Amino acid sequence: MSLSNILPIFKRELRSYFNSPVAYVVIVVFLIILGWFFQSSLFLMNVAQLRVVFEYTPLMFLFFVPAITMRLLAEEKKTGTIELLTTKPVQDVEIVLGKFLAAWVLLLATLLPTLLYVITLMSLGEMDFGPVVTGYIGLLLVGGVYVAVGLLASSLTDNQIVAFIMGFLFVFIFFMFDKVLVFVPQGIASTLEFLSVDYHFSNIARGVIDSRDVIYFASVLGFSLLLATVSLERRKW
Amino acid sequence: MSIIVRDLTKTYGEQKAVDNISFDVSTGEVLGFLGPNGAGKTTTMKILTCYMPPNTGTVEVDGMSITENSLQVRKKIGYLPENNPLYHDMNVLDYLEYSAQLHGLIASDIKNRQKEMVHVCGLEDVRHKDIGELSKGYRQRVGLAQAMIHDPDVLILDEPTSGLDPNQIVEIRNLIKQLGRAKTVILSTHILSEVQATCDRVLIINDGKIVADGTPQHLQEQFHGAESLTIEVKAAVADPLQSIAPKLRNLSAVSGVQLLSQTDGIHRFEVSAEKGSDIREELFKLVVKEKWVLLELSRKSTSLEEVFHKLTTAA
Repeated sequence: MSLSNILPIFKRELRSYFNSPVAYVVIVVFLIILGWFFQSSLFLMNVAQLRVVFEYTPLMFLFFVPAITMRLLAEEKKTGTIELLTTKPVQDVEIVLGKFLAAWVLLLATLLPTLLYVITLMSLGEMDFGPVVTGYIGLLLVGGVYVAVGLLASSLTDNQIVAFIMGFLFVFIFFMFDKVLVFVPQGIASTLEFLSVDYHFSNIARGVIDSRDVIYFASVLGFSLLLATVSLERRKW
Repeated sequence: MSIIVRDLTKTYGEQKAVDNISFDVSTGEVLGFLGPNGAGKTTTMKILTCYMPPNTGTVEVDGMSITENSLQVRKKIGYLPENNPLYHDMNVLDYLEYSAQLHGLIASDIKNRQKEMVHVCGLEDVRHKDIGELSKGYRQRVGLAQAMIHDPDVLILDEPTSGLDPNQIVEIRNLIKQLGRAKTVILSTHILSEVQATCDRVLIINDGKIVADGTPQHLQEQFHGAESLTIEVKAAVADPLQSIAPKLRNLSAVSGVQLLSQTDGIHRFEVSAEKGSDIREELFKLVVKEKWVLLELSRKSTSLEEVFHKLTTAA
């Protein structure tokens, strides 16, 4: 694996986001929706807090991330450019990583303007920076996991709409694990809770970065990328 | 840069796309894959370019196995896939740069190669345009430029001239011929004149098997059937079937005479003779002796079309 192979793929993919309306639509719509929640808590309820950012962003990622990732591999398969890419002296895992990083950076670019809220709130009073920093780290980890899972969905099909719907389903399952705990037996409940993205995110967003949470995110992310690579190699079977 | 293919087999489910193919290609050779659609040309190319592995068999490019040294092999190969897939949202120069980067070229080389490819493939006018806006002919040239950007030793081109107009086809053929002197080129086509114009050697593939292997001339000779000549004479005779045909038939080696047409004392015959015989001289002497006027004498040679047709429809 070498960076000199991953980098061109990453750059092409990122440029393709910003050369098309995709990046701008995602960023603008995301900020409009989040801005609405933020201002309503600020002006209507007179509460100056960043909680809305950390509460609603993972929810919005459920829709936005599969929309970002759906084309990554599905489009290349549809148009046949995957054949060009995989016959270059580049490993399949480098292709997957390059594309993963591009979508992740787009997500980062989407989150960046929300720092304005942090600046706004700083001017209104004292702020506890610990949870804010860990909250953003948590959002990036959640986003990373969702991008990896969405990329996996995109590797399974050559149809972008199928990739979107499957991607949404996959991330929705990870999101729902800790929402169904009351319906399942005690024994499974703790396992389900541990599998849930939201459970680990809320741990981190509280201000504590526990290695268990980081390991959870890293392993789900890594495993999804591994599966996406294997899925890309299916042509060889 | 030699390519050695041994006992290559690839099956899709039950169907054998490539069935136990073996052949060699050496440096400076332009090899043409000829065959009807679905014969296994594209599958063979996909295996050679490491897109997918064969079920059984080996391929060595410059002594390296495509399965064990896949990355090394891919560095040496330039590939134009079937239907020429391209990124429509990239402009020509960016795309060439991207291809060069993936081949591991360093930045200073990339600029030079970009310039050279734009020049060689005639892309000056469109180099800043998005590929999606280009005509099919230009796209094909971008596909070729992309395949040659890293100056590969081996070029594998799947139907390189499809979608081009006649002038462009001539240009691309000349380009391939020129490249073929120093490189190893494998191209597939179903246009027979293209094979004759560009290839040093032809492999005719049918149902996943190689049914013929040789130079275009060699194949034509090998599959040459009975000699067939057309002769047109002017003679003031009432009934050519009575007065001319028997005399033609009397020549040695002639096996059949057929009257094709007759108008105003001009009679046209088709004369068949035994394989390998040359009766043109005798025919001429006969015409002189009989004081007919010879208007036309031509020998029909078996075209590659006929060879192709014979070989691929036998079953």
